[in-house]
Amino acid sequence: MREAAVISQPNPLQRIPGVAIVLVLLIALFSAIAPGFLSVANLSNVLVQSTILLMLALPMTLIIMTEGLDLSMGAVLTLTSLCVAIVSLATKSMLLGLGAGLLVGTAFGVANGWLVAITGIPPFVATLGTLGMAQGLSLIVSDGQSVVGIPHSVRDIYSATLLGIPVPIVMALVTYAVFHGLLYHTRFGTYIFALGGNREALRYAGLSPNKLLIAVYAIGGAMAGIAGLLMTARMNSGHPTAGLGLEFDAIAAVAVGGTSFERGNGWLLGTLLGVLSVGVLRNGLNLISLPSSVQVASVGVLVILALFLDGLRSRT
Amino acid sequence: MTDITKGAIAPPRSFLSQDAVQLFYRLLAAFLICAVLAVLSDSFLTLGNILNVLRQASLTFFIASGLTLVVLTAGLDLSVGANVALSACIAGTVIHTTGSPALGILTGLACGGLVGLINGVMVTALRIPSFIATYGMLWVLNGLTYWYMAGETLHGFPAGFRQIGSGYLFGLPIPVYLLLVFLGIGTFFAQRTVWGQEIYAIGANPVAARLSGIPVARRLLLVYAVSGTMAGLASIIFLSRLNSAEADIGESLTLPAIAAVLIGGTSLFGGVGTVFGTFIGALILTLVLNGMNLLSVSANWQPLVTGIIVILAVWLDMKTRRRAQ
Repeated sequence: MREAAVISQPNPLQRIPGVAIVLVLLIALFSAIAPGFLSVANLSNVLVQSTILLMLALPMTLIIMTEGLDLSMGAVLTLTSLCVAIVSLATKSMLLGLGAGLLVGTAFGVANGWLVAITGIPPFVATLGTLGMAQGLSLIVSDGQSVVGIPHSVRDIYSATLLGIPVPIVMALVTYAVFHGLLYHTRFGTYIFALGGNREALRYAGLSPNKLLIAVYAIGGAMAGIAGLLMTARMNSGHPTAGLGLEFDAIAAVAVGGTSFERGNGWLLGTLLGVLSVGVLRNGLNLISLPSSVQVASVGVLVILALFLDGLRSRT
Repeated sequence: MTDITKGAIAPPRSFLSQDAVQLFYRLLAAFLICAVLAVLSDSFLTLGNILNVLRQASLTFFIASGLTLVVLTAGLDLSVGANVALSACIAGTVIHTTGSPALGILTGLACGGLVGLINGVMVTALRIPSFIATYGMLWVLNGLTYWYMAGETLHGFPAGFRQIGSGYLFGLPIPVYLLLVFLGIGTFFAQRTVWGQEIYAIGANPVAARLSGIPVARRLLLVYAVSGTMAGLASIIFLSRLNSAEADIGESLTLPAIAAVLIGGTSLFGGVGTVFGTFIGALILTLVLNGMNLLSVSANWQPLVTGIIVILAVWLDMKTRRRAQ
C-alpha cells in the first residue's frame, strides 16, 4: 500500500463513508421531517450560510493537522468583523475595511502561532487566552454596542451574484481551491503534514518547524479576517458578540470530516462535507423550529460522536 | 550511567523547597498588588471592599479547586462555567417548585457531579482528549441551559437560602467560611491521602502510575466528578447570592477559574501544583479585577486582562520550571 509508505497520507477510502454517510443521513432525515427543506431556495440558503464556516474550518483543518487547535477563531472573527465595520464606516471604503480586518486577524494568528511555537504553551490554553483578549478588544472598540450604518459596498458582497452564483459561494469555492492547491500540491502542504506527523524530520531537512507553525496559525487569523468581512456584510452591522462560538462549529466540521486530533492526518474534502453537515443540521433543526440552543447542543453531540468514532478507528 | 540511575531513583531533592519558593513569589505578588491598590484607591482598604474581594475570590476558588485536581492529572475541564449555569438553573427550578432549599442544593450538587462524571467517562472510556471532550460538553450544556430556560429568569428565593451567599457570621461572609472548609479538605485530600498522591502520580507519569497498580481510570473519573460537583457547589452560592438564575451566568466563569489554577502554579503538564496555590491564584486574579473596578476601568476590559494573565501565568511557569531543571 502506498499509504503505508508515506507518512500521514489521508486514506480517502476509509474516510469517505463516515462523513458522507452522516451528510446523506441528515439530508434524508430533514427531507422527510422538515417541510421546505429540499426547495432550491432553502438549499442555496444552506450553502450561502455555510461559507463563513468553511472559511474558518479550512484553516482549522491545517491547524488541527499540526496537533494544534485554535479556540480564538470565533472571537477573532468577531473582532475583525467589527474592524471591517468601523474602518469601512469611517473611510467609506470596503477595501480599507477588508485590509483592517486582515491585518488584525493576521496579527492575532501570528500571536497564536508565536505562543504555540516559541513559548511552547499548549495550543488550547494559548488560544483560550487570546480568545479572552479578542473578546475583550471587541467589547472595548465597540463599547459593547452594535456598529451600524456601514456602506453599501460592504453589504452588497453578501447579496451580489457573479454569473448567477452568490458571491459568498464564489469566494468559498476559490478559498477551497486555494487551500486544496496549498495542502496537496505545494511543498508547504507537505510540511504541514510533517508538522503533525514527524516534526523531527522537518528539523533534519533544515527547516524551522516553528516558522511553519506560525505561518499555519497566521493563515487561520487571516481567514478569520476575510470571514469577518462576510460576517459584517451578512449582518449589515458589526456586533461585539456576532461570531463567538463559531470556532466550535469549525472544530465540529473538522472532526466530523475525519481529520484526526492526534495523528497529523487531514482531509480537506472531509472538512467541506463536515461544514455542509453542520450547516444542514442547523438549517434542518431551524426549519422544524427548534431553538438555536438545541442546535448548539446537537452540534456538541455530533462532535463527541465523531471523536468517539475517530478513537475507535485509531484503535482498530 | 550512574547519573541516570541516580536521577531516576532519587527525585530532585529541591522539589519541595522550589514549590515553597514559587508560593512565596505568589504571596509577594498578592501583597504588592494590595500595596499598589491601597495607594491608588482610597476605597481599597475599607472593610467592605476587603470582604467583597474575599467573597468574590471564594466563588472563583470553588470552581478552580476542583479544576486544580483535573489539571494535576494533566487534563483540563473547559465545561465548568457552563456546568455552573445548568446546575444553578436546575437547582433554582427545584427550589421554586418544591420550596425546599435542601432539595435544591442536593439537586445542584448532583447535577454538577453528574456532568463531571460524564466528562470523566468521555476521557477514560471513550479516550477523547480532555480539552476536546469538555469543550464539546461546554456547548452541549450551554444549549441545554438556554433551551431549558427559554429566555426566562428565575428569581426570588427563600430568605434562609439567600443567607448562604450573602449572609454574615461573626462579621465574615458565609462563603469565606466555606472557602476555608474546602481549602482544608482539598489540601488534606491532595497532600495527605493515598488517592490524592495517586492523582499527582497519574499527572506526573500516567504509564508509571498504571504500571505501579494505580487504578488510573477510576481516579480520573473521581477527579472529573469532583470538578463537576465543585461547579455544582459554586452554582448554589451564585444562585443564593444573585437571588436569580439566568442561562448566561456561566459564560464569564471558565476563563477566570482556569486563570486562578494557572496563576496558582499548577502546571498544565500535570503532577505539579497545590490547592492552596489555586487559592492564592484566585485571590490575585480577584484583586486585579477588583482594582480595575475601583479605578473605574470599564468591565469590558476584564476578558482582555484575564486572557493576558492566563498566557503570562503559563509562560512564567514554563520558564521557571525549565530553568529549574
